[in-house]
Amino acid sequence: MSELTNRSVTRHIKALADGEYSSAELTAEFLKEIEKTDGHIGAYLLTDTVGALNAAEASDKRRSAGCLLSCIDGIPAGIKDNICTKGVRTTCASKMLEDYVPPYDATVITKLKDSGFVMLGKLNMDEFAMGSSTENSAFKITKNPVDVSRVPGGSSGGSAAAVAAGEAAYTLGSDTGGSIRQPASFCGVVGMKPTYGRVSRYGLVAFASSLDQIGPITRTVCDNAIILNAVAGHDERDATSLDIQTGNFSRLIGKSIAGITIGLPDEFFGDGLDDDVRRCVLDAAKAYESMGAKIVSVSMPSVKHALAAYYVISSAEASSNLARFDGVRYGYRAKSFDDVAGLYLSSRSEGFGKEVKRRIMLGTFALSSGYYDAYYKKALQVRSLVKADFDSIFHKCDAILSPVAPTAAYRIGEKTSDPLAMYLGDAYSVPVNIAGIPALSLPCGKNAEGLPVGMQLMGKDFTEDLLYQLGAAFEAEKGEQI
Amino acid sequence: MNLYKGYEMVIGLEVHIELKTKTKIFCSCSTEFGAQPNMHTCPVCMGLPGVLPVLNRKVVDYAVMAGLATNCTIARFSKQDRKNYFYPDLPKAYQISQYDLPLCEHGYLDIETSDGSKRIGITRIHIEEDAGKLVHDEKFGTMIDCNRCGVPLIEIVSEPDIRSAEEAKAYLQKLRAVILYTGVSDCKMQEGSMRCDVNLSVRKAGEKEFGTRTEMKNINSFQFVVKAIEYEYKRQVDAIEAGETVIQETRRFDPDTGKTYAMRSKENANDYRYFPDPDLPPIELTDDEIHELGLRIPELPDARKARYISDFGLSAYDAEMLTADKYLADYFENVAAFTSYKKLAANLLLGEFTKLNTAEYFECPVEPKSFAALADLVGNETINSSTAKKLATRMWNDGIDPEEAVTSEGLEQINDTSVLTELAKKAIDASPKSVADYKKGKASAFKAIIGAAMGMSGGKANPAKLSSIAEEMLNSSK
Repeated sequence: MSELTNRSVTRHIKALADGEYSSAELTAEFLKEIEKTDGHIGAYLLTDTVGALNAAEASDKRRSAGCLLSCIDGIPAGIKDNICTKGVRTTCASKMLEDYVPPYDATVITKLKDSGFVMLGKLNMDEFAMGSSTENSAFKITKNPVDVSRVPGGSSGGSAAAVAAGEAAYTLGSDTGGSIRQPASFCGVVGMKPTYGRVSRYGLVAFASSLDQIGPITRTVCDNAIILNAVAGHDERDATSLDIQTGNFSRLIGKSIAGITIGLPDEFFGDGLDDDVRRCVLDAAKAYESMGAKIVSVSMPSVKHALAAYYVISSAEASSNLARFDGVRYGYRAKSFDDVAGLYLSSRSEGFGKEVKRRIMLGTFALSSGYYDAYYKKALQVRSLVKADFDSIFHKCDAILSPVAPTAAYRIGEKTSDPLAMYLGDAYSVPVNIAGIPALSLPCGKNAEGLPVGMQLMGKDFTEDLLYQLGAAFEAEKGEQI
Repeated sequence: MNLYKGYEMVIGLEVHIELKTKTKIFCSCSTEFGAQPNMHTCPVCMGLPGVLPVLNRKVVDYAVMAGLATNCTIARFSKQDRKNYFYPDLPKAYQISQYDLPLCEHGYLDIETSDGSKRIGITRIHIEEDAGKLVHDEKFGTMIDCNRCGVPLIEIVSEPDIRSAEEAKAYLQKLRAVILYTGVSDCKMQEGSMRCDVNLSVRKAGEKEFGTRTEMKNINSFQFVVKAIEYEYKRQVDAIEAGETVIQETRRFDPDTGKTYAMRSKENANDYRYFPDPDLPPIELTDDEIHELGLRIPELPDARKARYISDFGLSAYDAEMLTADKYLADYFENVAAFTSYKKLAANLLLGEFTKLNTAEYFECPVEPKSFAALADLVGNETINSSTAKKLATRMWNDGIDPEEAVTSEGLEQINDTSVLTELAKKAIDASPKSVADYKKGKASAFKAIIGAAMGMSGGKANPAKLSSIAEEMLNSSK
């Protein structure tokens, strides 16, 4: 990994300002790194060399003309392949959309373009964001840059691996049940799942509309706040986006955390949690205590139902969201069929992968007449309970600390034969999506094998700034300068 | 209503009406009818991956106005749901509609039939998006036109209160009139902006339990609704009488044969898997907003009808006929402003002009002021009504000025008693057989004599005066 591509966004901002290197030079360096590294990492599904270099040159021209669009103008990034990019193939890592080129940009892309965007390419993921290891991609396996025999996590595995491998200065991922936080944790980088509605979902190919949220993956906490500043904000094209002032998410970074109360929920430290992970997260709690924070034990009784509720709600919504992929207007169409029903059946059977089909079946069943009350309605009730539990905890503390996942990165192929074991890995991350609250995942140590362990800081709605403050404080206390 | 083999029919109607908003329900594409295929589309109404719907608030406003005009309760809180099914004209493979919390509920409309007036309940009115259109072409096969995808609709569901084809027609006419008055839709059946589904079952007269119903979808004229009902009613009764059972199914009405045909039965029916659309927040309305929308509703047909009866002295029937078509009623009011012979104007309008109108709604080439002049000519006895009828036709077709025509062509009515007496005498002399018949007490013979006299006058004689003179002459010579 070249020293240059290994730097934080914050350092690139300064170096570009100081004229240490140009955006074109930096972009060329990243493209070189991708060329060199991605063959064995597999983070990218598509690289846009020409587009990236052109955008970088345009940025350099703006810089010399003194009319930069933002502080991140000219800093190269990668985008998860479920975020629509006008004129650039967007596949959701599915055979279904293998050749699909969107005619429009997602709002986050428009916002980045308004900030001086340099897009290196589109990143691998689990097909339609369904999965926790990026092994469900229809096109390739992405490997964990820390240990290439291991998964990078998922579904935003490509986004996390690219940042960890120095193949992008920052990336965007999406998080429906942990899909930003868990790969960030597996790859030893920083990921934020913002408050539901904080970032526009317009142009994010929907998996589960009530849970999906786009967020940044970066090398540092500070970087993450900078990128969230660029992509967050109300969007009139997304009726669920929040019409509130976003402010500056970096504003609390560096301020003392003395007096802040952090809760440790018992239920997140029970059976099934790896000892090394437990130790790392509890060490982090001690570090916070030493910085003047108050650590309290809290309880979240509803959390044991959250995972089941999550799989019902997300699959139900997915079954409807993915129904449009029918082979009629765009995307994969089966070669032979007899009638319209046959066209649907064959196109969908051949175009979707196994896990996607599993979720569609699950969701269709949960919404079916006669089962709706027992599954979907019940899941919505659990959703209310989870929200109520978080509300009551946030009366007692400002933030909640927990592991992101029960283990560090597992080996490629280790869990592919057992979907349920894979689902259980989401137990700590899904309650956040169910409640819609923000959560930050950042590295908090290494396990015995030297693999990164991540911790999760959860806050009530709209407290991304507090989570960044806490995250940055920990990073400053423990972390190395990058 | 004559019962067929002792069975009565029970009908509920579901009416889809396109709202006249400028843009679609979830995007800013135009709703204009008749554009080139797929010209009024965008990623949102095409349902491309990643797009999101944003509700056009005008749709809510219009639907609330329709609800208020049909005496509904307006929900302060309602939501939108997804109705999931696969069909090539439905790009998202779900239709955004409303399931358990519709915008409007518990309304009614009062209708007039030959049996008097009746109240038909309205169960609910909800908003939803329209689907696209499949175009079948011999050369290219089936193609999809998405211009209509996302055009806003309201679905108005009636209670099963309708008991005859006549009532169904009266309800549809009333509903169309009311919606048209509110201005929220054109209700043009020819363009598909008003479409009707008929749910029909039969039962022995006096029974409380409903029979098994069938649904006839997308019938696009009142006349076809009547025919479909009449056919389906007898079909079901005959089936039951023959010992068969009526199957709950969707049936298609074929206007060419006048028959209905089975399409799909309940067993094969879709399970729509309704669930709340997570992309759309609930619709909330305040009392003030609802009140404001109520103020935007103009005078409705019933109120106008009452006014025509009390202020203009029209019969209930004429007032109903005039107000059933907003454009006709508007025209009538413009005419009435220029003449004091309002009842005469109404008669001429309903008698002649509505026959000349071939458009779905009343569209008149004659200036109201000019038509008022015609009514005046009749009212002040300058011309008789048969002349008026002829003039009306020429005004419509050729745009003549009635006063000018009367003067230049000498069409004034003959009121001069001596001239009328002369005419009567000539007619009596020329019709010995009729005179003989009249004297035998045959009333129709008198009409023949007057007809002959009118003919001799070139249709210009004052018919009332002529009649009384002729009658006197005949009776005195008895």
